[in-house]
Amino acid sequence: MSAVTADPVSPEPSRLAALGPAVEAVIVPIGAVAAAAALFSLFLLVLGKSPLTFFELLWRGGFGTAFSWQNTLIRTAPLIFTALCVALPARLGLMIIGGEGALVIGGFAAAVVALPMIGVMPGWVAMPVMFAAAALAGALWIGFVGYLRHVRAVNETIASLLMFYIAVAVLNFFVEGPLRSPTDPNKPSTAPIGADFKVGSIPGLDVHWGLVVGVVLAIAAHVLMTRTTFGFAARVTGGNVRAARAQGLPVGKLMIATCALAGACAGIAGYFEVAAVSGKANASLIAGYGFTGILVSFLARHNPIAIPPVAVLFGGLAAAGGLIQRRMGLPDASVQVLQGLIFLFILVSETVYGRLSLFSPETRR
Amino acid sequence: MSEEGGRAIGVETIGMTKIFGSLVALEDVSIRVRPGTLHALLGENGAGKSTLVKCMMGFYQPTRGQMSIEGHEVAIRNPRDASEARLGMVYQHFTLVPSLTAAENLIVSRPDCPEIIDWKREIAALDAFMATMPFRVRLDTPVSNLSAGEKQKLEILKQLYLDRRFVVLDEPTSVLTPDEADEMLGLLKGMTTRGELTILMITHKFREVTAYADEVSILRRGRCVGGGLVGEIGTQEMARLMIGDAEIRERAARVERTATPVVLDLAALHASDDDGLPAITSIDLKVHEGEIVGIAGVSGNGQSELVEVLSGQRDLDDGRILVHGHGFEPVRDQMARLKVFSLQEEPLRNSAVPRMTVAENIALRTFDEAPIASLGWWLKPGTMKARARDLIARYRVKTPSTDTPIENLSGGNVQRAVLARELSGDVDVLIVANPCFGLDFASVAEIRTQILEQRNRGAAVLLVSEDLDEILELSDRVAVMSGGRITLDAPIGATDRSAIGHAMAGGH
Repeated sequence: MSAVTADPVSPEPSRLAALGPAVEAVIVPIGAVAAAAALFSLFLLVLGKSPLTFFELLWRGGFGTAFSWQNTLIRTAPLIFTALCVALPARLGLMIIGGEGALVIGGFAAAVVALPMIGVMPGWVAMPVMFAAAALAGALWIGFVGYLRHVRAVNETIASLLMFYIAVAVLNFFVEGPLRSPTDPNKPSTAPIGADFKVGSIPGLDVHWGLVVGVVLAIAAHVLMTRTTFGFAARVTGGNVRAARAQGLPVGKLMIATCALAGACAGIAGYFEVAAVSGKANASLIAGYGFTGILVSFLARHNPIAIPPVAVLFGGLAAAGGLIQRRMGLPDASVQVLQGLIFLFILVSETVYGRLSLFSPETRR
Repeated sequence: MSEEGGRAIGVETIGMTKIFGSLVALEDVSIRVRPGTLHALLGENGAGKSTLVKCMMGFYQPTRGQMSIEGHEVAIRNPRDASEARLGMVYQHFTLVPSLTAAENLIVSRPDCPEIIDWKREIAALDAFMATMPFRVRLDTPVSNLSAGEKQKLEILKQLYLDRRFVVLDEPTSVLTPDEADEMLGLLKGMTTRGELTILMITHKFREVTAYADEVSILRRGRCVGGGLVGEIGTQEMARLMIGDAEIRERAARVERTATPVVLDLAALHASDDDGLPAITSIDLKVHEGEIVGIAGVSGNGQSELVEVLSGQRDLDDGRILVHGHGFEPVRDQMARLKVFSLQEEPLRNSAVPRMTVAENIALRTFDEAPIASLGWWLKPGTMKARARDLIARYRVKTPSTDTPIENLSGGNVQRAVLARELSGDVDVLIVANPCFGLDFASVAEIRTQILEQRNRGAAVLLVSEDLDEILELSDRVAVMSGGRITLDAPIGATDRSAIGHAMAGGH
């Protein structure tokens, strides 16, 4: 054999391959949602219901009219916040599923700090205090989960889930006991915060300002993770904790701080539920936004920028639930079956990334 | 399984080509491995050796090219096909289940392993099989209690137990002591000469090729650039073919120094392993300015824990680390202020973030300082990339771009990128651990030269290595660790291999 010294010729990389990961990140989740919808249609056929009617009603109830859009967007705001509560820690490799607990505690804290100020303080003083109280309560709630993880190596997923039950117990104890207001005899609640402290609507829409705050926060979270030293350090820690330690990065502090930020987001969701929707803290805070937020974050691949549009989709699903229930005689929970299927397919689709030869150049390991 | 001789099969690749996206990893490689030979596959990291054998084993589908076994064309579409064709592979890293015994590992690895295992019968069969083998391994011990050499033997026994007749060994000696390596290769050579097995061995050690291989094929940049019978092709020629026109750095000359101040002072260090058992006990060691102190020892005697303690990956139970007389804790601001840097083995595990880009990985040390960060928190990716481009050029890191995830680079280039990051600034203390583990010729030369240059510039270097030759070549002073303690600490001129070997075995 003789020696050959010429360089191997590299062909031009194809356009599609260069775009690969970005295209893939859009195509794969859409495929997963489509597959879930297909399976759900089968489920409906077994029940003797028409999938076509279902999806038509879903469209009408979620996105078909100005009224349904409003319903959808009202539900979108809390989903953005609770999804951020999952997405931020996910960047550090932490899986927080107890955002619902931070939402409940945040909403409760907002309602409680409002009590002594009702009728005493003007709205411009009380509202920021309520907002801050909700964010702080949420931050402490999930921050404590991060602390347990760092100091005692307690699994953050389980801890945050169990903390949710504690949050519910705390809320119920106070709302049904010491803080129960006589104004609402049927449903135990705290005293109404009153019109002065209520968050208003975005001009021209019957949707409260939480939506705008949510979108701004999602963008801020994206900037934080991609363009700041904090986000860089968080990504290093999430990517390889041994390397992070060898670089002297304060891994424990980063975990706790990120969890606290995440908790603050969920706490803010609670604030808007109290200050913009119900006007008081009661059991309706436990509406499942925290758990649907997990789905939203996964479907958005924990990318803060992708969270608002995905949250709109799930907001629409939730908004259409009532209409579907009335028109098709299906239980409200049928929408949850669809959500569950979507989540299942999203988890399955995680294994597909990098395997679609059309979209990605194979990488050498 | 008991038939002797004539088992070994010949394997040939014909025009094997593999293209990953824009990268031609393998181009038109034809290699013929004759039955009953030990064939060496020589090449630098990234030359395409792993890609070639992965194509042969069905892990990759070649873009073009065929395989031929015993002269018949065979399609290997997946690893199962390879297994059915009696082809097997032993990986560089062990693939045994540590908590199972050797016997259990062998039995469960069988593709026809029954749902319900009749252990008595299986173990009797295994004993009968072992009796026919040229070497044995204790069958009833959990694999985690076996030494690296024994694990390697077990991996090879597994291939034979599974009746594989052509086996690829990926750098089989990289985890073995020199004596273990010689024993292992001697045994394998015997098996091929007796016609029991054909072996294709990936390596970049010329000594192993000349001493044990019958034939050699050399890859460079995805092409087969030469080869032949080992007696007919000399080491010089092999090196020339392997490295091509790439220049190898001249080793830096050693600047002699006397009576320099102590820079790194380890005082009575104690630390525990992952199970909470003492891993290092009362480690006292001083490293002077412009000195390399080499720490030798058999793997698993506390060296990795010591390195982890010094680099902040493990908590110290007791003791103090002093740098220039100041107490040192491995946190970011002190590392920067006292100029403490580290270069560790397996960089993708220890010092790089696999999914982050080359530019980001190069910036790990400096991302929170000007000019990359303004105001201490706002990142400037443009500056980050510009700095990375500069270092990539200076340290000759081969990467498609600054935005490539670092996990897509070859091992040698990942280590060069880390080297660029850790050694491009002012270094006072350098902690080095097995820096050349699994790297190619040119990278090894480059890395050792850089370490010597740091010493010559006045850095205090602590070099932990399982490669005694590396320690003897680079160190001014040598210390030996055994059972978590320092059992020898002497200037390089005042000791020798036998004294070091004695200390490694725990002698004082």
